[in-house]
Amino acid sequence: MALDEDTLEQLLDTVRRFVRERLVPNEERVAEEDAIPAELVQEMAELGLFGLSVPQEYEGLGLTMSEEVKVAFELGRTSPAFRSLLGTNNGIGSQGIVLDGTEEQKHKYLPKLARGEIIGSFALTEPDSGSDASSLRTTARRDGDHYVLNGTKRFITNAPEAGLFTVMARTDTAQKGARGISAFLVEAGTPGLRLGKPDRKMGQRGAHTCDVIFEDCRVPAEQLLGGIEGQGFKTAMKVLDRGRLHISAVCVGVAERLIEDALSYAIERKQFGQPIAEFQLIQAMLADSRTEAYAARSMVLDAARRRDAGETVTTEASCCKLFASEMVGRVADRAVQIHGGAGYIADYGVERFYRDVRLFRLYEGTSQIQQLVIARNMIREHSQ
Amino acid sequence: MKVLVAIKRVIDAYVKVRVKSDGSGVETQNVKMSMNPFCEIAVEEAVRMKEAGIASEVVVVSCGQQNSQETIRTALAMGADRGILVQSDAELQPLAIAKLLKGVVEKEQPELVLMGKQAVDNDFNQTGQMLSALLDWSQATFASKIEKSDGKLTVTREIDGGLETIEVALPAVVTADLRLNEPRYASLPNIMKAKKKPIDTMSAEDLGVDPSPRLSVVKVSEPPARQGGAKVGSVAELVEKLKNEAKVI
Ligand SMILES: Cc1cc2nc3c(=O)[nH]c(=O)nc-3n(C[C@H](O)[C@H](O)[C@H](O)COP(=O)(O)OP(=O)(O)OC[C@H]3O[C@@H](n4cnc5c(N)ncnc54)[C@H](O)[C@@H]3O)c2cc1C
Repeated sequence: MALDEDTLEQLLDTVRRFVRERLVPNEERVAEEDAIPAELVQEMAELGLFGLSVPQEYEGLGLTMSEEVKVAFELGRTSPAFRSLLGTNNGIGSQGIVLDGTEEQKHKYLPKLARGEIIGSFALTEPDSGSDASSLRTTARRDGDHYVLNGTKRFITNAPEAGLFTVMARTDTAQKGARGISAFLVEAGTPGLRLGKPDRKMGQRGAHTCDVIFEDCRVPAEQLLGGIEGQGFKTAMKVLDRGRLHISAVCVGVAERLIEDALSYAIERKQFGQPIAEFQLIQAMLADSRTEAYAARSMVLDAARRRDAGETVTTEASCCKLFASEMVGRVADRAVQIHGGAGYIADYGVERFYRDVRLFRLYEGTSQIQQLVIARNMIREHSQ
Repeated sequence: MKVLVAIKRVIDAYVKVRVKSDGSGVETQNVKMSMNPFCEIAVEEAVRMKEAGIASEVVVVSCGQQNSQETIRTALAMGADRGILVQSDAELQPLAIAKLLKGVVEKEQPELVLMGKQAVDNDFNQTGQMLSALLDWSQATFASKIEKSDGKLTVTREIDGGLETIEVALPAVVTADLRLNEPRYASLPNIMKAKKKPIDTMSAEDLGVDPSPRLSVVKVSEPPARQGGAKVGSVAELVEKLKNEAKVI
């Protein structure tokens, strides 16, 4: 159910204020310590930020897509590491259960995910299966009332913190493609589940990824997502579809933050006896950034509205992800340029964002994969 | 103990306030409004009293235009139980507000009225004091700590020279200073639930109060722009300038 305007405005206002007063002042500390302080995680959970997209009957906020992207615009205005921690519970780590879970699975996990009591991770990618996700090799062999999982998952966001993994594994090894894949809900601590060392990443310090390794990991059969084999890949694609709009909105938020920072710097910094903001070449960078961020914001809002109205927005969601993630890359690059040498120096924070946003073009479908999705859908629609 | 908290809707503290071109006041069109920060502290204190089992019910009241309801919703999201809007489109000055609040107090019969020490829009710092006088209740202003024992409150007050601790008999009006507490963020689920909490609306006439202004604003103007500073070469030069230029010593 959509919120009335006042309530939504109050909700956004609270998130905006929390981001400004609690998260922004801790950006540098999180990067330095490569960890989000426990008390901040607690505050994020108390605020309800882990349950944005979980339905109200399971203790989440049950926001519509339009509402969720507006919250994501606000969350984007600080280090992406914060958003990363709560991103999986609102996206890939919970949506499989929301969309395709059985009633028992929903009751068992969604309230805990919404409250931030457990962190959910989503394990699709493998060492030899990235963009070509349907070629994954992790297996799940039925053995009595259990499944036995074997295989390695790679670059899994929040795996070091996770209490629950949605794992894509092949139940039918005779089926090489998507149809042989099923999704499982595997709890952390299950014997046979092991984590690799945290990956050393380019950016987003404070957010963690690592390998998740399954060695004869026995999982009760009722942990098969939705209770049906062969649906796992479909579930994964639906989950990623929704997540694309959320990520796009985060990109818009980060871009707007960087534009503000760059603008303030340009007004303050003087060269040749005047603020550098007076130079038309600087103005061009500011104007291009503003224009592109506005375009992305409009795209995201439009696609979200259509999705709420019941339209299929696979193509639009990919258009948003493609444009917004590339856009924020350009905006971050210009922000560094406007800062001059200071843009390269860690004290100013801009170089950190520059590294942080690079990820948006890679995960949940690279830019090339988005292009393929968009073009394939165009061709399919044409021939229909 | 029933607690009534009076709250005011003001221009958000982060907004850069602009004077209207005709000098009649400040621009409020399309300007972000929020709860006065001191009122927020008062609400937080009341909610904490409720959580500690000291307060039985927390009622918030705001006097002003219809949109003050949004401010009441914020307080309800923070944990207040119900709200009262005294709706008036008149420009409400401290004495009028104090009279309206007196009317609400007579209806609601709280034992304690909590409010902000002042509102950041006009900085009058009068309403709480006027209310306590009109009610003939004890008052404790600028509270930085409030403790309750049988029939009385021990209140630590922030005064120019430091801190002062006083005892006041209940019922009382207490106004909150900055260091009383740090207000919580209303959680997102509570913001959504606040919609279901009741808000009663009444008018100045219902309370038998004539809210018309007693003060008239002559002119509002921007403060003078800050002059650029200067660097001095030595302590001697500084003292010389303070003496002869600034004429402060
Ligand atoms: C920080 C981080 C967090 C991540 N979190 C998760 C997670 O939580 N869960 C999870 O399952 N995965 C996660 N991933 C994995 C991520 O989704 C993959 O890295 C991504 O899908 C790309 O796969 P790949 O790395 O194998 O690259 P590859 O697929 O090997 O791609 C390499 C290059 O080839 C291009 N390419 C591939 N196929 C084609 C094609 N058909 N046409 C044109 N170009 C092509 C790609 O665009 C890319 O430029 C994460 C990755 C990172 C870095």
